[in-house]
Parts: sequence; structure tokens; C-alpha cells
Amino acid sequence: MTKTSKLAKFYIALIFAFLYAPMAVMTVFSFNGSASTYKMSGFSTQWYLRLFNDEVTMNALKNTIILAVVSAAIATAMGTLATIGINSMRNKRLRSGVMSVTNIPMMNPEIVTGISMMLLFVFAGTMLGRKDSLGFATILIAHVTFQLPYVILSVMPKLRQTDSRIYEAAQDLGCHPLKAFFKVVFPQILPGIVSGALMAFTLSLDDFIISYFTNGPAFQTLPIHIFSMTKKRVKPDMYALSTLIFVAIFVLLILMNIAQAKSDKKQRVRHRDGGI
Amino acid sequence: MKRSSLAQKIINAPYILWAALFVIAPLIMVLYYALTDSTGAFSLDSVKQIGDYGGTFILSISYGAVATLISLVIAYPFAYFLAHTKANFQRMSVMLVMLPMWMSFLIRTYSWITILGESGVINSALGKIGIGPLPLLNNGGAVILGMVYNFLPYMILPLYTIMAKMDVRLIEAAQDLGCGKLQVIRKVVFPLSVPGIASGITMVFVPCVSTFYITQKLGGGQVNLIGDVIEAQFQTANNYNLGAALSLVLMVMILICLGILNYFTDSDDEVNGGVLV
Amino acid sequence: MKKIICILLALVLVIAVFATGCAENETEETEEEAEEEIFSAETLEYYAGLGLEGTTLNVYNWGEYIDDEEIDVISQFERLTGCEVNYTTFESNENMYSKLSGGGVSYDIIIPSDYMIERLIKEGMLVELDYENIPNYDKYFDKEDYGYFVDDEINGHTIEDYGIIYNVGTTILIYNTDYIKEKPDSWSILWDEQYKGKVLMFNNPRDSFAIAQAMLGQDFNSESIEDWDAAANLLLEQRQKVKPTYVMDEIFNLMESGDYYLGVYYAGDFELMRSDLEEKGKDFLDYAFPKEGVNTFYDAMCIPNSTQNKKGAEAFINFMLEPEVALANAEYIYYATANKAVLENEDYSLAESEAVYPPEELIANAQQFHDISSENLQYMSTLWMKVKGTSGSGVLYIVFFSCIAAVVVVIIITALKKKRMKKYYNI
Repeated sequence: MTKTSKLAKFYIALIFAFLYAPMAVMTVFSFNGSASTYKMSGFSTQWYLRLFNDEVTMNALKNTIILAVVSAAIATAMGTLATIGINSMRNKRLRSGVMSVTNIPMMNPEIVTGISMMLLFVFAGTMLGRKDSLGFATILIAHVTFQLPYVILSVMPKLRQTDSRIYEAAQDLGCHPLKAFFKVVFPQILPGIVSGALMAFTLSLDDFIISYFTNGPAFQTLPIHIFSMTKKRVKPDMYALSTLIFVAIFVLLILMNIAQAKSDKKQRVRHRDGGI
Repeated sequence: MKRSSLAQKIINAPYILWAALFVIAPLIMVLYYALTDSTGAFSLDSVKQIGDYGGTFILSISYGAVATLISLVIAYPFAYFLAHTKANFQRMSVMLVMLPMWMSFLIRTYSWITILGESGVINSALGKIGIGPLPLLNNGGAVILGMVYNFLPYMILPLYTIMAKMDVRLIEAAQDLGCGKLQVIRKVVFPLSVPGIASGITMVFVPCVSTFYITQKLGGGQVNLIGDVIEAQFQTANNYNLGAALSLVLMVMILICLGILNYFTDSDDEVNGGVLV
Repeated sequence: MKKIICILLALVLVIAVFATGCAENETEETEEEAEEEIFSAETLEYYAGLGLEGTTLNVYNWGEYIDDEEIDVISQFERLTGCEVNYTTFESNENMYSKLSGGGVSYDIIIPSDYMIERLIKEGMLVELDYENIPNYDKYFDKEDYGYFVDDEINGHTIEDYGIIYNVGTTILIYNTDYIKEKPDSWSILWDEQYKGKVLMFNNPRDSFAIAQAMLGQDFNSESIEDWDAAANLLLEQRQKVKPTYVMDEIFNLMESGDYYLGVYYAGDFELMRSDLEEKGKDFLDYAFPKEGVNTFYDAMCIPNSTQNKKGAEAFINFMLEPEVALANAEYIYYATANKAVLENEDYSLAESEAVYPPEELIANAQQFHDISSENLQYMSTLWMKVKGTSGSGVLYIVFFSCIAAVVVVIIITALKKKRMKKYYNI
């Protein structure tokens, strides 16, 4: 089955061309000599220089990363705890109820999630007599909320796979429950936690719609800033910015890929050795 | 773990509190705003106005359905072909499919203006071989293209995951029993990939129906979907109550669509995580 | 596998730290670059002595409405006062009003237009300016020419008590001379079917309605529902006939690309487009003031009642009136300024522009916007939604109903299959 027909190869290439066409255009135009995003005229790196000197953009980048790191950390910690809690619930009806609630932010259209949170914050703000309720705290809460289901759903399968008898055995052998958890359960669910954290982090980086409704003037993230940039005279500096993001992610992914390939090989070797 | 119910409560408390405060309460707020007027008094005005936007809802569902269908048709053979390539190539390709999802979707969408515009990349290329500028931008077609482009990875990934996991022996058995290539796909591959199709459809349809950025940028105000109307209520028309009422309807509508979809996939309690890639 | 992911996470963090580090380095560099001092010693002393160090100021302005190239007004203000400015932009008055009245956000400076200022005053959403803190107003505001804009009284106060004019301007018809050879003299060219798909309209209700109202010879501030209905019908007719693209600041890119033949926007922005094109050695845009009349407007700097740094806001307004700042802004925005120091400055390049400073006979039928009743405002915004809303085509309904039909059929088929399966397994 490893043979791939020419047609299949062509089709795969075609889809990749479609997926990457905008990226290619963006990269080319980021080196535009003039301020147009329509016509290429000459080559220059002025847009990159201008970008680095743009305090607002750099500040937005900083905010985005801070938000992503903090929200992913909170969501991962809370989500992991919640998964353990949900998994140990005996009442089946309660458990499926909690799971349904967990799924809501994932199932709901993002615009509804964003709006509902904004309404809550505005309402709570008026109740408390605060005029500037929208800010870092609200956008953080919103991000944690929409990340939680993703963390829970990536930890849950790992937790289900763990054998609770080992945990019980550890306790029978005199381990404190907490110690038993960290010695026995935690290492087994760690891959789930890590992939949940990664997912939460990337979701936060790219989120626009929910941030759009819950942000305040004092804390603008990069997607929000880009949105206001596309509302104005668009200059290639925006393309320069995304070309840089693209390159960063691309390098990261290639590193990840190489690393994974290596570890796979190791595992295969180990398997073979074990087999013999 | 089963013994300590107090510890269990302590573990559960923060999450349940969080979910109640920031998942349930916001939805109650939407309901509250939908059923009041701007002064905060009970009123059904906003609910009554929803009828005016029936056409917009139909339009949104149609656009979402068309975009989802096109994504499925494009993604299915792609996932199938990809699942039968070398392991190294597969891993690399999956990453390449995921990569655009990490980029700002605003800029990816905006770049299409540079490609599709009247003096854009495609039209200048066409111009060189003597074909006059085609109106590719600011119409329904551009919006569908933007939707398919943006959400195609969300269709490919679940399809690919399920096809890569598929037991090759089943296909071989079918072949041994005398099935032709097409018959194998129809009788073995397709039925086994239904859960993947279902989660792909969910992940594409929901954002398509509720989008507003794609329509604004690529549709040039020619296509007004429900996302645009809701966004306008909050951002320009200053009618939070109508916006909340419309969101409520959108939410219910999408939940119904998801319900229908769930019906097909036969999901047991176990597959709660099925939506995840 | 675990280790690798951990390493990757660490890498992401390192990159994050690096990027933020970069950001800080860069800001330092920009400060170093601005070596030449453009302000006088007294000015520096005045702003440094205001005690704004460590405060923050939330400024909410139109997009493309402040200089960020020549002297970079915001960072200069930050440098002189030590106050941190959070600068965000809005797209239309309605956009600004929605954010402001929705609550949840606090701004210290907003720059809305005439009719919106009247509304905000009526609703008590602005605070009175303390002119003691804005000494530049008497020095530089051109009261003779522009004072009449702000002497209307609302609730016993003049508009002047709440706002200081930043810019004035008119709406304008922009056309592409490659395709339209003769200077149009009427808005009706925007209804001409031969320009289908080539027309850009305002993406905000008040400005779009004003064009239709001018054609119908109505008062822009009409309180009659029939008038608004008639104007909405005219706009709907336009939508069906020429399929205009509704834009705001996107108009710059679109008009300058040469893809569109006609557009409506604000006069200063036309000059800006023309000078952008000039830089590229092109010249295919021209303007006209249609005979039915345009809208004359002013935008003024105001302080909303959600302010948390009124003193800082007043300092900011005062700073915007400084001759150096006002000149940089005027040369960046291209709107008509109300600042005497700029108008008298010989270096000011736009003084001769008839688009920006039109002689009275050119804009004979011009009208101003005033606030209209909330009922009519709500009504207008509903009408606008309808104008922009669905143009229900038959194909769509076919798609929609075939979708529903397909879903129903599939449901029935799977239901039957399930039944059969159950039977089979039960046996």
C-alpha cells in the first residue's frame, strides 16, 4: 500500500499549492519596494525595518505571548485537575452533565462565546460600578474558558487508559495518595497534559473572534492589532509580520518533526531488540 | 481515588465553579439581554425582530453547507491518498497541513485580496495571455473560497486520522473476497470513515456559518451573513438586545445541526473526545 | 517523545522571551533616533511639569487620523509627559458610540464628529473641558473661520464647552479619470448601471444615507419616517443596480489599485490618495463636489465621562494643538485643520488644495449633520441593515432546501439501516 500513484501525488501537491498560495504571495509582497499590496515594484526590506520600529505592533506581540503563556498554564493546571475530578465521579448523570457543559465552548460558534462573555463582563462591570471592566483579566478569563475543553479532552483518554489498580497498589504499599498520584498516575497522563497545553497555547495565539469581543483598550493582542491594521491603509508591513511568524512556526515544526522522527527510530530499535 | 470523596470535591470545586461562572452564566446573560430592551425592562421586541433576519439565516446555512461540502469533496481524496504514502512523508504532510492553522487567519484571508483582486496576481497573469480581468473578488464565490481555504485543514485532519488508523487487513480481506477498488472504498473505507466525516463537518460548518471577517474582506459587503449582522449589532448598531437574540437563535440552530450529525455517528458515551483531532 | 515536547515548549518560551526582549530594545532605539529636538524648552518644561509620569491615557481615534511617521505624535507625547498612551482606533462614529455606551471600556480621549458629539452631550456622556489646562486653545484655534461649528447650545452648554475642533471637512466624490472622462456633477452617477461592481460606498449609515437624501433634496436631519424610507429605497435600488462595495478606510487600497471607477469618501482622504499615487508616478484620480450638496463635518476632541485621567486628557488635547504637532497631523491626515499656526505656516503644503479648502460656491448646497431622535436613529440603523442585507436569490433557496431534503433522506436511510441491524443482531 505504500505505492502512491502519480495522480495521487499530483492531487496532494495541488492541495498544498492551494493551502500555501496566500503564504507565498504574502512573503513575496513583504519585500515590495512600494507601499502597495497589489503590485510589486522593486525589492526592499524597509517593511521589516519599519515593523521592528513599530512599538504598537511589538507591544501587541508581547501581549499576545504573555496572554498565551499565562492562559495556557492556568487552563492546563485547572483542566488536568478537572479531568481527574470528572473521571472519578461516580454519579453517571452528573458526570455526563459536567461533560456536556465542558463541551459547550467548543461546540458553540466562537462569536456566540465571545459575545456571551462580553455581556457577562459588561453586566458584572456595571453591577460593580466599574467602567473599565474589559482588559487583561477579562481576555484571560475568556481564553482560559475556551481552552479548558481542549485540555480536558486531551487528558481524559490518557487518564482512562491508566490502570487504577496500580494507583491503589501504590497506596496499599504505603504511599500517600498525593505521592502515589505523582509517582504513578501523573507520568502516564503527562503526554496528554503536554499536548493539551500545546493546543491551548496555539489556540490562544491565533484567537481573534473571542478576543475581539472581550478586549479592552489597555491590552491589545496581535490578532486584534492586525484586524485594525486591515481596516486601514494596508501596507506590506503586515505581510512582513506574518512572514516572520510563518518562518518561526515553520522552523519550529521542522525541528519537531526531526525530533519525532529520531525518537520513533529509537523506539523501533528498542522494539526490535525487545523482540529478539 | 474512589475512597476520598472530600478530596474529590476539592478537586472538582474550582472547575465546576469556573464552568458555572464563565460557561453557564454568560449564556444566561445572552438570554437575559435577548428578553429585555435597552433600559433593562422585559420585552419581546428583539425576539420579534428575529423574523426579519430569516433570510440571512437561510443564506448563512446555505453558504456554510456549500463550503462544508466542497471542503469534504476536496479533503476526502486528499486524506485517503495521504494515508497511503510513506510514514515520513505522512508526518511531514500533516505538519504542513497544520501549519496554516497556527498563522493569523486574518492575514491569510487578507492575502486572498492580493491574489484575487482585479489587478491581483491571477488577473495580471490572465491579462498577459489576453484574458480580461475577471471579477473574482467581492462576490459570493470569493466568500466560499475564503471559507474552504480557512477551514480545509479542520476537515483534512480528522479524515486523515481515521484513515491512517484504519486496519489495512480489513481492506485486504475485502480485496481477497473479490471487491474491486471502488467497491472497497464504498463498502469498507467510507463506512469506517463516517466518524471522521462527522467531526470534519462539525469543525468546518460551525465557523463557516458564523464567520464575519471573511465576508467583510472577500465579500466586500455583498454577502451579509448572520455573523456580520450579529457583529454589527454589537460593534456599530449598538443594539445589544437584538444581537443577543440573534446569537441565541444561531446557537440553537447550530446545536440542532450538531444533534442531527451526532445521530449519524452513533456516538456512545465513550467517544466524547471524538471531535478532537 | 515527552522530552522532545518539553524541549519544544522550552523553545517556545525562549522565543517568547527573546521576542519581548526585542520589543523593548526596539523602543529604546526609536527614542535614540529622535535626537533632534522639535519642541522648545518651555514646551518641554510645561509637559514635564504636569506630573503625568506613570499615568495611562486611553485614546480612541479614527483610523489613519494621527501622524505616526513624521514626528510620531503619540510617542512624542509619551516622551514629554511620561504618560503611557493606549491608542486604539474606530471605524465610524457608530462603532465608537457602540463601544462607549456598551460599557466595559474606559477612554480618556475620543474624537467623534458633530452629530455624535451632540448625542453624547445630550446623554451626558461627555465631561466639560477645563480650559485652564488647555492654554493652546486661545492661542491657536481659528475661531473666526470655524467657531460657528461649536456655538450651538445643548442642555444650556455650548458644544465648545465639551469639544475642541480637530479637523473639518466635507464628503467628496472621487472618480478614476481613466474610465470617466467627464467630471461628474451629480451623485446620480453612482446609480449608473454601466459602472456595476466599480462603485465604492460608505460602510456607515449616516454618510450613505446623506448621499441618497441629497439626491432626494431632503434635509439630512429629517425627522420624518417617510423621508428615511425614501432614502433607503434609493440606496436599495443602488445596491440592486450597481452592486457597490461598502468600505471605510479600505477605500485607499481599492481606489489606488485602479480597480474601481467611483468612490465616495472624505475630501482630505482624496488628497492623500492623490499624493500616494504621485509618489508612484501615477495620476488617475480626480474629485467632484456634486451639485446636490455634500456633508460638511467637523471632528472634535472630547473627554468621555468614563475618563480616569482627565488631567492627562486635557494635556493631550493641548499637545495636539501645539503648532509642530498640528502641522505634522495636518500633513499626515490631509484634512482641513482649524489650527491658526498651521494655516499661517508657509511650509503647509495643502493650503492651496481646493478639495480640502473648497471655496463656498463649490459646496453651495452643503449640509451639516445634527443629532436625530433615538427612534429615528434606531429606525435608520434597521433600514441600513436591510439595505445591506440579503438579496434573496432563487439559487440560495434551492441550495437551502436541497440541503434539508438531503439531511432528511440520510436520516431516514440510517434509521432504517439501524433497525435492520438491530434485528439482525437480536436474532
